[in-house]
Amino acid sequence: MKKLTNRMEFRPLVSLIIILLVCAVFSGGSFFEISVVEGHLYGRLIDILRNGSRYMILAIGMSMVLATGGTDISVGSVMAISGALACSIVDQRILGGLQGNVFAAIVIALGAGALCGAWNGFLVAKLKVQPIVATMILMTAGRGIAQLIADGKIVTITSDAYYYISGGYILGLPVPLFIAAFMLIFGVLITKKTAFGLAVESIGINADSARLSGIKVERNLWLIYIFCGVCAAIAGMIESAGIKGADCNNCGLMIEMDGILAVAIGGTSLSGGRFSLIASIIGALVVQTITTMILAFGVAPEVIRVFKALIVIVICLAQSPAFVAKVRNIFGKKKVVA
Amino acid sequence: MSILICGFCDIQIIYASGPIWFYGRFGVHCFKEVRGLEQNDLLVMEKINKKFPGVVALKDVHFFLRAGEVHALLGENGAGKSTLIKVLTGVEHMDSGTVLMDGCAISVKSPLEAQKHGISTVYQEVNLCPHLSVAENIYVGREPLKFGRINWKAIVQRAKELLKQFDLDIDVTKQLDYYSVAVQQMIAIARAVDVQAKILILDEPTSSLSNTEVDKLFQIMRMLKERGMGIVFVTHFLDQVYEITDRITVLRNGEYVGTYDTVSLPKVELIGKMIGKEYEELAGVSLSAVQQNTGKKYLRLEDAGSANIAHISLCFKKGEVTGFSGLLGSGRSEIARLLFGADKMTSGKAFIEEKEVHIADPLDAICHDIAFCSENRKKEGIIGDLTIRENIIIALQAKRGLGKAISYNEAQKIAEKFIEELAIKTPSADQKIKNLSGGNQQKVLLARWLATEPELLILDEPTRGIDIGAKAEIQKIVMKLAKDGMSCVFISSEMEEMLRCCSKMFVLRDKEVVAELTEDEIKETRIMEYIAGKEVEA
Repeated sequence: MKKLTNRMEFRPLVSLIIILLVCAVFSGGSFFEISVVEGHLYGRLIDILRNGSRYMILAIGMSMVLATGGTDISVGSVMAISGALACSIVDQRILGGLQGNVFAAIVIALGAGALCGAWNGFLVAKLKVQPIVATMILMTAGRGIAQLIADGKIVTITSDAYYYISGGYILGLPVPLFIAAFMLIFGVLITKKTAFGLAVESIGINADSARLSGIKVERNLWLIYIFCGVCAAIAGMIESAGIKGADCNNCGLMIEMDGILAVAIGGTSLSGGRFSLIASIIGALVVQTITTMILAFGVAPEVIRVFKALIVIVICLAQSPAFVAKVRNIFGKKKVVA
Repeated sequence: MSILICGFCDIQIIYASGPIWFYGRFGVHCFKEVRGLEQNDLLVMEKINKKFPGVVALKDVHFFLRAGEVHALLGENGAGKSTLIKVLTGVEHMDSGTVLMDGCAISVKSPLEAQKHGISTVYQEVNLCPHLSVAENIYVGREPLKFGRINWKAIVQRAKELLKQFDLDIDVTKQLDYYSVAVQQMIAIARAVDVQAKILILDEPTSSLSNTEVDKLFQIMRMLKERGMGIVFVTHFLDQVYEITDRITVLRNGEYVGTYDTVSLPKVELIGKMIGKEYEELAGVSLSAVQQNTGKKYLRLEDAGSANIAHISLCFKKGEVTGFSGLLGSGRSEIARLLFGADKMTSGKAFIEEKEVHIADPLDAICHDIAFCSENRKKEGIIGDLTIRENIIIALQAKRGLGKAISYNEAQKIAEKFIEELAIKTPSADQKIKNLSGGNQQKVLLARWLATEPELLILDEPTRGIDIGAKAEIQKIVMKLAKDGMSCVFISSEMEEMLRCCSKMFVLRDKEVVAELTEDEIKETRIMEYIAGKEVEA
């Protein structure tokens, strides 16, 4: 039992279950209703999984970056770039030679994400710029680049193949969920089946020691930022496929903060160290559940942010060891004396 | 005044005069006198208990400090010295026990409260802000005010006067990290003294000081002693204990061994009390130091240089313990870092078994069977939040390549093997390395490198800041490895240790190798002369 509660996944999972229970009670159970329409599953839970997959994918990349003691606040802009690029290619606005080939568009957008990540990695690993400053460059410049790609317009597209990325179903479940699952499995495999995870953690805890122990710090940092960029590119395509077009100004706006929040709820320290991809995924679901809950309960738009903030505060307090210890002291004093 | 403890239970009272029987909540208690409090007992800590998960750090430990004495707190690593001090300074909270100051029971809940009680501490690692000026560092948190604003003039003036008492004539408006660690340490002590402390705790203050600086520190300690301050002195240097302290309290394995007058306790007996039964075994270490040279050349540097050092030509043989001696900054560590690729080799050539090799970074060195323990255990050695197991296998993992993860079972086996072989004190391999004492951390780092099965093992100050027991053990391990044919490089500031371990010695001065001594030539006076710069006829 003790082992279970000590796992990193435990606390975020409890948070998620509690939030879901609250939703269930307040909605009288309708929150959990799942219906089958045309062989597809519909319902709030499915919505959470579909809409949350962006967060999940971002959180996978972000976990690793945060575990090295860095941050990547450019993911929102990278999303915008990849969305703009993919949509523009599909709409044959650029690279007309590809004739709107969706597969080529996806590959190119992924490449662009990797390139963005490589740029961040170059600044952080090679030039030793502080990660938040380094990625801030792309955060501000990225939307400009996206605008250039999309020629300053909102690119709307008509391509069922591209819509499929967000709106499609496999076995009755939405496609984005499978993409997220694929990324998770990929992430878990490279961190656990190889010693990459150990390298990431040791870099985050003590990069000097890691280097002297034979870990190639620069190379690994570079790889991690590239991976994070690719994750952002995937999330960007899911988002643009969802709204059937690329809106460079709003795609992924402020999503970097939600991504960091998801990882933080998952229990990874922002100063680097231990991380768990599964815990981060659960954190992402928590973030998405809060959003869905707010929409489902029709909270007045002007108080949405405050409401969200309150929930986040409660979750963060519940995960703070110092706070938990204080509460225990207040309620458990008699026990301590006895 | 005395402290009374009931014969039936653990209840205690402080007793001035009056009845010996006390009718309490739990019935009748029979108090017997435990110990008379002397008039000048400044601090009394009794029956202090503290448990950490899996470890009993302190078990019924006592500590008594008189006003106007220097009291040494001694013990091996993990004996509980640091924990006791942390309890006293409010960093950790004791599970049970009494702390009396001037006869009044106090409970110290935070370092700030400790300061209010007049307990001031100087830690082993300098605890100041490197980017603030010297004067700011001394007065941060208690700035003299003038009309509600900080009186900068007064700060600078007072800081100057304060440091003058310490014979430190430095620019107090310069940033702290402009000065050497030794000066920073003196500044930390000056700050601690200036807060009108009754008790001054010095936790290993001398490990980064040179001899003259230590003398200066002792002068100051004597001055403070005369003012009636009680000084707790934690150190690993026994010579210093005999030079400065009045009394000694020894802890062992978290238990109280005793308190003794320094003059009446011979050094040998003291060591015996500190390390207990193992003493006799350790005494034999130095005698078994017979070296056998296989004479086979292993690694050779030819005119090599890095950003920090140049024109180094050296050769290391198998089965040999090679020492680098010289002052701090003489190039000892620089050569070690060059060998390991921690500093990039920018000129010259390196040969392993007469084949030229290019070592561009630590991983290359590891793959060429070279291992390196940095002198900076905390910053460049341990990976604090990782477990002992992970800390041990990480270099081996890097050597094998990150692609082929070492399985949990294999890692556990390797870790358990070294925990047993090197006698690492820990409940399990799952413990985070930062929870271990210094000596045990060092052993884990040694295990990390032994796991890679190196041919050349470079140890830069492997015994710094750890106790005699662990020191002797590490020396023993090094000599055994050399006997088994490994080539070892041993760097230490302690001449005695170098003389004991090394079969060959390079003496360094101003980043140059000034002498190469072997076997019988290795004599303290001779080395000192070379270090000092006298040219000696062979």
